[in-house]
Amino acid sequence: MEQTAFRMEARGVSKIFGNHTALDAVEFGLLPGEVHALLGENGAGKSTLIKILTGAYQPDGGKILVDGEEVVLNSPLHAQSFGIGAVYQEVNLLPNRSVAENLFLGHQPTRFGLVDRRRMDREARVLLQRYGLGIDPSSELGTHSVAVQQIVAIARAVQLSGKVLILDEPTASLDRDEVQRLFEVVAGLKRDGLAIVFITHFLDQVFALADRVTILRNGKLIDTRRLDELTRTELVRKMLGKDIAFSGSTSLKTERPVTDVLIDYEGYGKKRSVHPFSLTIHKGEVIGVAGLLGSGRTEMARIMFGIDPADQGTATLNGRPVAIKTAVDAIKHGFGFCPEDRKADGIFGELSVRENIVIALQGKLGWFRALNRDEQLDLAGQFGEAMDIRAASLDMPVKLLSGGNQQKVILARWLATDPAFLILDEPTRGIDVGAHAEIVRTINRLRDDGMALVVISSELDEVVAYSSRIVVMRDREMVAELRGEDISPGVIVQAIATHGEKAA
Amino acid sequence: MNRLAFGRLVNTQTVALVGVLLLNWLLFPGFFKIEWQDGRLFGSLIDVLNRGAPVAILAIGMTAVIATKGVDLSVGAVMAMAGAVAATLVVAGYPTALAIVAALAVGLLCGLWNGILVALLDIQPIIATLVLMVAGRGIAQLITEGSIVTFSDPALIFIGTGSLFGFPMPVVIAFTLLVLVTLAVRKTAIGLFIEAVGVNRSAATLAGIRSRLLLIVVYALSGLCAAIAGLIVTADIHGADANNAGLWLELDAILAAVIGGTSLLGGRFSIAMSVVGALIIQAMNTGILVSGFPPEFNLVVKAGMITLILVIQSPFSSQFMNWLGRRNRGAAR
Repeated sequence: MEQTAFRMEARGVSKIFGNHTALDAVEFGLLPGEVHALLGENGAGKSTLIKILTGAYQPDGGKILVDGEEVVLNSPLHAQSFGIGAVYQEVNLLPNRSVAENLFLGHQPTRFGLVDRRRMDREARVLLQRYGLGIDPSSELGTHSVAVQQIVAIARAVQLSGKVLILDEPTASLDRDEVQRLFEVVAGLKRDGLAIVFITHFLDQVFALADRVTILRNGKLIDTRRLDELTRTELVRKMLGKDIAFSGSTSLKTERPVTDVLIDYEGYGKKRSVHPFSLTIHKGEVIGVAGLLGSGRTEMARIMFGIDPADQGTATLNGRPVAIKTAVDAIKHGFGFCPEDRKADGIFGELSVRENIVIALQGKLGWFRALNRDEQLDLAGQFGEAMDIRAASLDMPVKLLSGGNQQKVILARWLATDPAFLILDEPTRGIDVGAHAEIVRTINRLRDDGMALVVISSELDEVVAYSSRIVVMRDREMVAELRGEDISPGVIVQAIATHGEKAA
Repeated sequence: MNRLAFGRLVNTQTVALVGVLLLNWLLFPGFFKIEWQDGRLFGSLIDVLNRGAPVAILAIGMTAVIATKGVDLSVGAVMAMAGAVAATLVVAGYPTALAIVAALAVGLLCGLWNGILVALLDIQPIIATLVLMVAGRGIAQLITEGSIVTFSDPALIFIGTGSLFGFPMPVVIAFTLLVLVTLAVRKTAIGLFIEAVGVNRSAATLAGIRSRLLLIVVYALSGLCAAIAGLIVTADIHGADANNAGLWLELDAILAAVIGGTSLLGGRFSIAMSVVGALIIQAMNTGILVSGFPPEFNLVVKAGMITLILVIQSPFSSQFMNWLGRRNRGAAR
């Protein structure tokens, strides 16, 4: 047995999927009685680390120690026996059973081999009181708010494990008061000496609740620090990987001559999604959208494209008010949208490259004006070539292409519709360097051809390089609009991190 | 071009159909004998087409539904309802044309109902169509008031037992429907949209396809096909039997579509191959019947044949064939 202060520790833990290193020799230590925030953008390796800590994945390198002793965790159930429990954003309980049953599922108090319901309810009541919940234990779980269900899930996890509690985005679907309530529960558990891992995208909550923070980026450990030694700006910079040296350099290009307005959003927004924003987009302009994950970037794109139609404000296209309630409306007005999750919302894996390229144009033409095979091949060939799509054949299933080529196929699909306005959500995420360069080149070319684009990206260097203006999102609100000299990674990081007053 | 067309005809389904037919011929030498009598064709082969027509018609609609990643369990019950409506109306003295239109309208309405449950209310297709599968037969029984409604209306009977150009009417109807629906989905963009929605409904909606409307149309087509099949079986026995008309045929139709190469996960589909699938099923039924095997063997033999066809189509066996091919090439070198 080795001497260590840590309740649980990951030493040099690595995880490899195929030829992708998801975690690279990461060190992570949890002290008893602390709330330890785990931060990082998508693909940073947070969920992989959590899955290793809870036994869902086995590490390919390194070791896990609990109370200084090396352990091998075979499954989440096995991890539970070492005192490690987790609660996820979506409550993994049974909404149609009672609160008490949910608390004790799998280890109900029994009498003569039968569940002793009265004792179960009694014990549940005592347990819930400790969490400040005065609810009836025999009531159905599903009738309570998500926050209450979340607390019940925590109570269950603590009851079953009791040493380490992992909270994976527990506040994502809670309102302000509910978050406060959850924080009180977590503070109480901290006083009881539990080691708590807290994952969230809300920096305010990190500073409000956590004692220490570990930042991951691209599978690597960036830093572990006490939060009182860090400023928000430093934290954001570490998450996004921006050096301080960068903040001085600004984009060299001058602001472009203002051309005709294409679309003007006035107080545009949707309740429970994005606060109303106002934005004027000109032809031949790229609007970069920056912000952390969960800041409302994607929601903004979805509102613009009519997937989640706005419930307030107006949109004026070429001087005329337009109502965009569905994707079909948006496409009719010459919009195009490359979604963030290419696989789930973008490509048709089983269908051919050709069909994937023509589908949006065909959707625009309608059911009965079908493009015949020759026309389809012409279009696919023309736009496939323009995007430099590397496919052995236009008739091969698109799922056999690399991620970068799939992304090019989706761009080609929209270019085939001859759009006036393109919304690209993380167009360069997870693709190879060559495809990355091609997509950036295309964005520049389309802008110079007079198209209006909105590009959401976490790659600040990239956004800075091609944007005419940058809007910054934070907490589902547009908090800054940067132009001219302000277009620099340093200013963006500042705007993302600044608390309260508006930057720029 | 000719060679290409011929090449497209040689695939697992057609080979299996020819195989089953040859097997039937071995068991019953007169199997391929076709005679011309009273202005129409007779023979076991014609019988396979004729008996297979109702399931083939169901399979046409079912294929489109399955291609959207759905399933329609209600078609058997809709057959019973359509038959009950037509029979009851002609018995009550209404014109035959009205009875037929009413029966088709009932099928269309049932399909719309399923489509609305699936597309607008986002209920899983297997559950959404289970509602009508159970309720439909009950409604059919209510319409016939529990008895078998027999009729002697010659025009209605003609649908089941008449003939046109020497072929039985059910075969003519099934073939016409096959051609019409194939043209409707392949000469328009509907076929592509069905496959797109089946492969990735979310992406299809984002690409500007009206997925909800498309789903409703597809289920409506399935309901309409079921009503046509229901009219045929009712006309064939000169009566509407609410308890037995179309019983379990939804499963045969699903099987026909799957044998025809449409995956239950949605996506690529071929209506013609599904019809071939329906004929394979019927050829096996007829083969067992004419070969003199005790009928008890029927279901077991059928299950064995179907398992064989599905194994041949499975990704596992295509991987196995690839492996075999590589190994042979390796040995040659």
